[in-house]
Amino acid sequence: MDRAEVDSKIRDLIEPFNKKGVELNDSATFVGDLEFDSLTVMDFVAEIEDEFDIIISMNQQAEIENYGQLVDSVTKLQD
Amino acid sequence: MSEGTSQPDKPEAQSDGDGDLFSKFDDIIQMRENLLASGVEDPFNLVMEKVLSPTRAICNGRETILLGTYNYMGMTFDPDVVDAGKQAMADFGTGTTGSRVLNGTYQGHKECEDALREFYDMEHAMVFSTGYLANLGIIATIAGKGDYIILDIDSHASIWDGCAMGNAEVVPFKHNDIEAMEKRLRRVPEGAGKLVILEGVYSMLGDLAPLKEMVAVAKKHGAMVLVDEAHSMGFIGEHGRGVVEDAGVLDDVDFIIGTFSKSVGTVGGFCVSNHPKFEILRLVCRPYVFTASLPPSVVATAATSIRKLQHASNKRGHLWENSKRLHKGLTDLGFQLGTETCQSAIVAVIMPDLERGAAMWEALLKEGLYVNLARPPATPANMTLLRCSLCAEHSDEEVGTILGMFERAGKATRIIS
Repeated sequence: MDRAEVDSKIRDLIEPFNKKGVELNDSATFVGDLEFDSLTVMDFVAEIEDEFDIIISMNQQAEIENYGQLVDSVTKLQD
Repeated sequence: MSEGTSQPDKPEAQSDGDGDLFSKFDDIIQMRENLLASGVEDPFNLVMEKVLSPTRAICNGRETILLGTYNYMGMTFDPDVVDAGKQAMADFGTGTTGSRVLNGTYQGHKECEDALREFYDMEHAMVFSTGYLANLGIIATIAGKGDYIILDIDSHASIWDGCAMGNAEVVPFKHNDIEAMEKRLRRVPEGAGKLVILEGVYSMLGDLAPLKEMVAVAKKHGAMVLVDEAHSMGFIGEHGRGVVEDAGVLDDVDFIIGTFSKSVGTVGGFCVSNHPKFEILRLVCRPYVFTASLPPSVVATAATSIRKLQHASNKRGHLWENSKRLHKGLTDLGFQLGTETCQSAIVAVIMPDLERGAAMWEALLKEGLYVNLARPPATPANMTLLRCSLCAEHSDEEVGTILGMFERAGKATRIIS
């Protein structure tokens, strides 16, 4: 799956978590812009892991601050 | 989960401040000020002026029934245990002033480890200075770079901190969700080492892990399994060996972590195992090596208490009776509890919010009852809880008195009608 396909899948997955309808550009941050708390992060990460059949360990999550970084990481991990 | 109720168990990212290193605490400072501004007694600053027994103390000038101490088996004033401590202090002095691997291993430390080996019927036992250090040390040491730790998201702070201190990849799964755990185990890269970390009883809600199923899944995927039995030792299982014994998986578990600060009635932590290379941990586990060992009086009280707990089936029976009666009584009064059925000696009462939880906590204290106020973010799903833990030494009459106190305080604060 290329980056554009991963991007579009994650866009679908994030919808129910993006309660304020924040615009999703690559620089949108999860904690600041999307206001994800730790419980939301856990549920959202679990959805992505199941969809792409990957592990995003907490060590990797610590490096992912914005939407673009997430798409990059998932693109790499599902390869 | 943690009794350090003002902090999340899972470490959270901190934002940068304006140069004052303390500005990262502003939110929690504000939360505390708001709470105290409402006029309640500070729930996190209680002083026990006198302790009368495992179930009674003088708190803030009032005689109080203790229902939040984890002193499950009431061993803190057991005459044999107290005498053993006094004798050891007289014979060996007040402290060891040294590491277990240098000058800090006395006869008492060996005897304490012997008592643990016998209690669990296992080959190896290693005593740490606290339960926190036992989790920190074992987890950070055995799971290294390239290994994977698969753990329940509601794990205790000491487990999270052990993960943070080590170099393994940390992969949490949804609380008690067997399928979520298996999916993650399946995705671990071929050949990587795997450690699954579970708890017998989760201390926030007092619920049990489905250990029979989870341990089987972990073993199927070739993982080692560590189970923290802090809240079940001495009480759950035929011999008090914990949920692992009750679920019949004691022999399939690689490491059991426990504490002396609950049923055993003193302080300290341990790990027991049948792993053939276990003893090497004494040389490579930093939280074991680089801290002073427990004082002689503490290991003597622990060893005596552990040996008495082996033959405490009557006490176990009474503790179950107390727990079930409190659980049913509170349910009948209309309180919402953390578990539908009574699963352990922890009964968690769910409060509508922090303000009313703190008001109820204070009303109970004024009635003469101490429980733990647990609040977000230490609690699952951001709940505010009044966490009760029963003691085998609570009398039938005391449990009745406690239910009366809950009824009056609950009605006064309009949490029940």
